[in-house]
Amino acid sequence: MATLNILIVVCVLYVAFLFAVAFGADRAARQGRGAWLRSPVIYTLSLSIYCTAWTFYGAVGFAARSGLEYLTIYLGPTLVMIGWWWTLRKMVRVGRSQRITSIADLISSRYGKSNLLAVCVTLIAVIGTTPYIALQLQSVTLSFEAFAQADPSQVNAPNPQSTALWVAFGLALFTILFGTRNLDANERHHGVVMAIALEAVVKLFALLAVGVFVVWGLAGGIEQTFARIDASNIARWDVPGSRWVGLTLLSAAAFICLPRMFQVMVVENEDEGHLRTASWAFPVYLMMISLFVVPIAVLGLDLLPQGSNPDLFVLTLPLHEGQDGLAILSFLGGFSSATSMVIVASIALSTMVSNHIVMPIWLWSTGGTAIMSGDVRHVALLARRLSIAGILFLGYLYYQISGGGTALAAIGLVSFAGVAQFLPALMGGLFWRGGNRVGAVSGLGVGFFLWLYCLFLPSFGPNVLLPQSVMDLGLFGVSWLRPEAMFGAEGLNRVVHAVMWSLSFNTMAYVLVSMISFPEPLERLQGAQFVNVFQHSATAGSWSGSMARSEDLLIMSQRILGAKEAQAFFAQAASEQGLVGYLPEPTPDFLLQLERELSGSVGVATAHAMISQIVGGAAVSVEDLLAVANEAAQIMEYSSKLEAKTEEQTRTARQLREANEKLTQLSQQKDEFLSQISHELRTPMTSIRAFSEILRDADELDADKQTHYASIIHDETIRLTRLLNDLLDLSVLENGQVELSRQEGQLIDLLDRAESAAGDVGHNITIQRSREVEEITVYSDLDRLVQVFINLISNARKYCDAESPVLSIKAADQDDKITLDFHDNGSGIAVDQQAVAFEKFSRIGQTGADGAGLGLAICREVMLRLGGSISYLPGQNGAAFRLVLPKAET
Amino acid sequence: MSGKKTAVFVDRRGYRRRRMTDAARLLPILGAGLICIPLLWKRPEGTEISTSSVMIYLFLVWGGLALLAAVISRYLAPEDISQDREGNVRNDEA
Repeated sequence: MATLNILIVVCVLYVAFLFAVAFGADRAARQGRGAWLRSPVIYTLSLSIYCTAWTFYGAVGFAARSGLEYLTIYLGPTLVMIGWWWTLRKMVRVGRSQRITSIADLISSRYGKSNLLAVCVTLIAVIGTTPYIALQLQSVTLSFEAFAQADPSQVNAPNPQSTALWVAFGLALFTILFGTRNLDANERHHGVVMAIALEAVVKLFALLAVGVFVVWGLAGGIEQTFARIDASNIARWDVPGSRWVGLTLLSAAAFICLPRMFQVMVVENEDEGHLRTASWAFPVYLMMISLFVVPIAVLGLDLLPQGSNPDLFVLTLPLHEGQDGLAILSFLGGFSSATSMVIVASIALSTMVSNHIVMPIWLWSTGGTAIMSGDVRHVALLARRLSIAGILFLGYLYYQISGGGTALAAIGLVSFAGVAQFLPALMGGLFWRGGNRVGAVSGLGVGFFLWLYCLFLPSFGPNVLLPQSVMDLGLFGVSWLRPEAMFGAEGLNRVVHAVMWSLSFNTMAYVLVSMISFPEPLERLQGAQFVNVFQHSATAGSWSGSMARSEDLLIMSQRILGAKEAQAFFAQAASEQGLVGYLPEPTPDFLLQLERELSGSVGVATAHAMISQIVGGAAVSVEDLLAVANEAAQIMEYSSKLEAKTEEQTRTARQLREANEKLTQLSQQKDEFLSQISHELRTPMTSIRAFSEILRDADELDADKQTHYASIIHDETIRLTRLLNDLLDLSVLENGQVELSRQEGQLIDLLDRAESAAGDVGHNITIQRSREVEEITVYSDLDRLVQVFINLISNARKYCDAESPVLSIKAADQDDKITLDFHDNGSGIAVDQQAVAFEKFSRIGQTGADGAGLGLAICREVMLRLGGSISYLPGQNGAAFRLVLPKAET
Repeated sequence: MSGKKTAVFVDRRGYRRRRMTDAARLLPILGAGLICIPLLWKRPEGTEISTSSVMIYLFLVWGGLALLAAVISRYLAPEDISQDREGNVRNDEA
């Protein structure tokens, strides 16, 4: 007899194995060894999350109740897959070109990046999916119970509530670990996908094994099996046409609209070519899954005692026959189906909830502007993790409340019908340019309420949420509004009835309202891009940026993408435009690129809103563009070419202007410096002359005064010497006459030296260092390097105007170079000063501190001689300098 | 969609590919039709249509559809997908 304990051990081992596989796949992908992770086979197997525990256990129950009808659930998706050229290809292309993160994101993006629509879709998806998650928890607990009942040694049956809670907890842990590694939801979750693919193999193998055992082990061959089918009470083919067609259409629609299917099919898709393989391989998978369902159902009805739950035949049949090993395998199959569905569904839903509900609320509650302090990445990740936990908790709650009584298949179909409400807006959005936001919202709303009224609320049973009187007599006693016989349509199956009315009213509302209302320009642009995605995958610009906003954009992006990634992205964009530094011209192209990049992390609608906050005026410019172009492609093309030319000229003009500004500023500063240097020289000279005259002429000076005057003269000469030394040093460096004595040393020692040498200049400042990363060996002219460090530290001491000044020094060891960031919390260097900060004689600000403005110029020359560089990092809330040192011994 | 400028005659391979995209589009329609056929089967007096015969028919259709889809997808190699795009780059100049 199978003991429950063995089952628990096997189950725990299996879960540990899944963790190991997910971990290994993630690692392989990160190290770039994961070519096999991106094969079409893995993609096809990952699609099998369509087959949940509802398939694994429920299909047999479905067949035992109503014969071949269960096949509709798999024939629908088969038709969608072999018709990939129509819809799936387009969805995947749109998903990739617009960096879509979820189905809510796709619909909101299509209809003018509307967040309202995204929220609607998210809510419907959560309401439709929660019962389904509950269903998976229920299936796992039921199968545990089945084992407990078959095990005589087990006196205390496990408490189903606590089993469900443990399963939910474990799933939340797995999903958070492997599903929220990266913020960018566009990046592939290799670990999760690999684990799901493995689970796909396990469940198929388990179901086939039970099937083979039933056909050849119990029935005694194919012929006898068919004989038994013909003798059973499901021998007659009498499926009503409406149900056959209706359920096939419903499952086809759900296959496209289910958030978890969208996640694996579109978001996790690596390569459009994988669809080609999946187009035939996935139908084969579905066929194999459903192959043995009828034999298992028939034998179960035959051999098991009257009244046993047909939803568990897959498990109880082997148990009844004493095949413990097979029963455990079958349990693992059901467990795999349940867990993989819950993992992917909660990833998909959490992305939607955090991007479309939590993030907008958070952004709004923290002041409504995109430029503020703090790192959004942590918030987004935390939001996603909390959403996962919340969704699983909701599923558990639903399981608790519903008591887990109803037949498995019933909730499955209710859930399918709920998400199928996305279909009109989704298909209309992909194929009909006339569909607009108001239409989509109305269609979704109407469909959703009809679904609630006709199917979801009655599914709890009479008098639970809907009173019996409404069921019998209709809302307000109007018999046409009876939830299960709308407009007098009696005699139809409940599900088919609800699907028919909700989807047709949904479609009608969508089409009619779209025809009556007028879309916004952005909706029309997005509509054209979606419908004609194969014509122009490269998109027309929709932003018009203006000057001096790049820094704000950089500040915002750093908080979403991470400082390093954002800087790299901006620097690359700048170099593509032929500019030096970190701030590219905010051209429409660049803004669009940036929006795509951001939308990978926070969703299209939020990214769009954040950029428009900073750049502003987007709607006007699109409106103008459309008014002029009047949607005629040629004119658009012509105008965009003109625009490109104008942009180029603007850019050249900006470069010229920059150069000119720099020159003017320099010459001005040179003049200023000359007058200043004469002033600097004259001031000490004057005092030296005056005090030496006093010493010479005054007769009665006491010793104290004499010493005082002499020391003033001494100090002034030191100041003069220092000034002359600096000038000399700079000219030597600039002429390249300097001799470098390179040697090896530890960065940490150099920084210690610099810190103590710069100890007594200016204000007090707290220096923050992370000493553990500073243990890097450098090969360079160490004294010169220390000179640069001292200069930067004393600069921060002199110029940092924060109340409690803090200077943080961060070292990073990169492949062939070392970077060092000196970053203080003062007000930084103004944009117009940044360009000349490293020029000779430039003094930043009028702080009145001493110094002739040579320090940074010397630093730059030193770093150049050492083969590295020093640059100013804009947008860091304070002055920040980055040193780059080469590592190689050249 | 409008103003797509394409050559009147394409080479043999291109021609075959286009017909295969037609086939890919028609296949689900054919499949839907075949799946609904059992609904039309007549029941002679006194006898019933058995579940097992419908089951055999449906699984044969299923396998056949998957096979056809596999054959068709072989002709629709990935470079063919990007063809649309290149084709359009030429259009833009018009």
